[in-house]
Amino acid sequence: MSAAIELRGVEKRFGDIAIIRNINLSVAKGERHALIGPNGAGKSTTFNLISGYMAPSSGSVLLDGEVISGLRPYQINRRGLSRSFQVTNVFANMSVWENLRCAVLWSTGQRYAFWKNIDNLPEVRERTAQILADISLTARRDVPAGLLTYAEQRALEIGITVAGRADVILLDEPTAGMSHAETERAVALIRRLTEGRTLLIVEHDMSVVFGLADRISVLVYGQIIASGTPEEIRGNPKVREAYLGEEAA
Amino acid sequence: MSEIASSAAPALPAAAEKLKFYGLWLAAAVALLLLPMIFTSGGSMTTFSLIGISIIFSLSYNILLGQTGMLSFGHAVYYGLGGFLVIHAINIIGANKLPIPLPLVPLIGALAGLFFAALLGWVSTQRSGTAFAMISLGVAELIASSALILRTFFGGEAGISANRTKLLKLFGWNFGPQIQIYYLVAAWMLIAVIAMYALTRTPLGRMCNAVRDNPERVQFVGYNPHVVRYLAFCFSGFFAGIAGGLAAINFEIANSAYLGTVQSGTVLFATYIGGVGFFIGPIVGAIFVTFLSLGLSDLTPVWQLYFGLIFIAVVVFAPGGITGLLMMHRPLLKAGTLTQMLPSYLIALVPTLAMIAGLILSIETIVHYTVNPGEDSHIKAFGVSFDAASPYVWAMAAVLLIGGFLVARKTWTLVGHAWDGATSVAREKGIAA
Repeated sequence: MSAAIELRGVEKRFGDIAIIRNINLSVAKGERHALIGPNGAGKSTTFNLISGYMAPSSGSVLLDGEVISGLRPYQINRRGLSRSFQVTNVFANMSVWENLRCAVLWSTGQRYAFWKNIDNLPEVRERTAQILADISLTARRDVPAGLLTYAEQRALEIGITVAGRADVILLDEPTAGMSHAETERAVALIRRLTEGRTLLIVEHDMSVVFGLADRISVLVYGQIIASGTPEEIRGNPKVREAYLGEEAA
Repeated sequence: MSEIASSAAPALPAAAEKLKFYGLWLAAAVALLLLPMIFTSGGSMTTFSLIGISIIFSLSYNILLGQTGMLSFGHAVYYGLGGFLVIHAINIIGANKLPIPLPLVPLIGALAGLFFAALLGWVSTQRSGTAFAMISLGVAELIASSALILRTFFGGEAGISANRTKLLKLFGWNFGPQIQIYYLVAAWMLIAVIAMYALTRTPLGRMCNAVRDNPERVQFVGYNPHVVRYLAFCFSGFFAGIAGGLAAINFEIANSAYLGTVQSGTVLFATYIGGVGFFIGPIVGAIFVTFLSLGLSDLTPVWQLYFGLIFIAVVVFAPGGITGLLMMHRPLLKAGTLTQMLPSYLIALVPTLAMIAGLILSIETIVHYTVNPGEDSHIKAFGVSFDAASPYVWAMAAVLLIGGFLVARKTWTLVGHAWDGATSVAREKGIAA
């Protein structure tokens, strides 16, 4: 069986500077995989390469065994890969409801329809309502997304990401800047919404990483230095030296 | 759907609300029908026809600006080409006695607008923002200058004229009298407005809003923002073509001014002043600007200067336009605190009007001395005669302008305080301000 996501010898250079140096990574179907590493290691760049926001300088990215590197973000999204952003990236002037509905439209086959009344699409309505209830923003349904609190915007960000029912979900630091209680709620939400799907998550909070992930990969200076189960990573001396040791010190 | 989920969705409109909604359109149709019976003069028929055309054009422009976030400096291209094609169509239909009545001819303008938008839009809609604005300006200049070069099609400086009455008669109407043209414009306007409103309530319409807010994120929910912008552009061209076609029928002529930057600027102006944030905004703007341009040009020779000043004032002080200003008051109306605002508004109005009067007096005096200094200094502007050479007038202008400004500034802080009070009451009552 092919992996959900596979990176083969992926490199990304900006001019002479290599940000990503030869990444090989495989995430199995249904796996919750965390990508950790110090600031500037290239975690967000890796996400950008997988989701089509950038094209790799060399190497290839595969989704379910098919090469997706070089495709545009919307083409990759239509193949069942959806990502969130580290900095909240929502439709600020539109209500929470409209935000989620826009995220549902393509996956229900509406395409660019200009002959259908948007309020007369039961499937769209049902699924939007479901996501809205899932992320617990029902009470804020008609509020413009730009006026939500930070934690609410992060929840909406996750909601938009999963709304299209992609099989592969990429979350970029979903709990960044949250309080302890908010983080716990966000992790429970992520666990629930990614049930039965493949998850690749970038996260700084080690308690989140070790609590959520089936497998962990450690990225340092644009290279994966270790991949394994949480126990293996915790016991890996190279990781301790390069990353975890720093944290402990 | 689970219980929780179904309660999360907004309620579908009840039968009563639907009735109210359709009643509104019906009321608009009846009002358009009865308007000529209240205002019977030929002049008002002409004015209403111009307003109707301007409403279609402004709404078509707002598909770009307000709904998809594209600032175009060349929207008149599609209006103008629609107009030219309609003029040619009338001539061809008339000459060949084709069985096509005049009321169907605006459709040719629409198809022309759609065709050229589809042709010219693919490249320009690759990007929004500055790149789109610059390309739209370039295309506009290109087409406008070709209009003077390609004489056989555009007719050079004189333009191309046609006789609209030579077409197949429908119910005995030859569309010679202005009132028949008014009804033609009114019918097309109603159809176009309903169609454009319906467009906002479709999947494409909502994705246009999403592209306006955040084109980057749109790509990650499966949509190509370029295609969304391109389709919006095509629709916008289609409706602009209807407006241009109706204008051509109304004036029985199409010339290079139809395509020019002034026309493109005017539609931007009307749409923005009306307010881009609401569907009704451009309608309000089209009415306001048409009245203003017809009225102001009788009152003062430098009416375009006042146009510019109004535009700047709206951009700086009311970026939501007239509609935005009015809609700001809706929460207060609901909370019943609108009356709290009235005293401070009235107080602020007096010095503000004084300031504006001083400004007008200064402008007219300066215009007299710069444009025609040799002529009689007794001038008339806005229906008021005064002596531009008199030191008393100068002093009065200065006092009104400076004094008015100083006092007005104080009274506007008063308005601000009253506003804070009124909105906080509204917020306490649970009405979002």
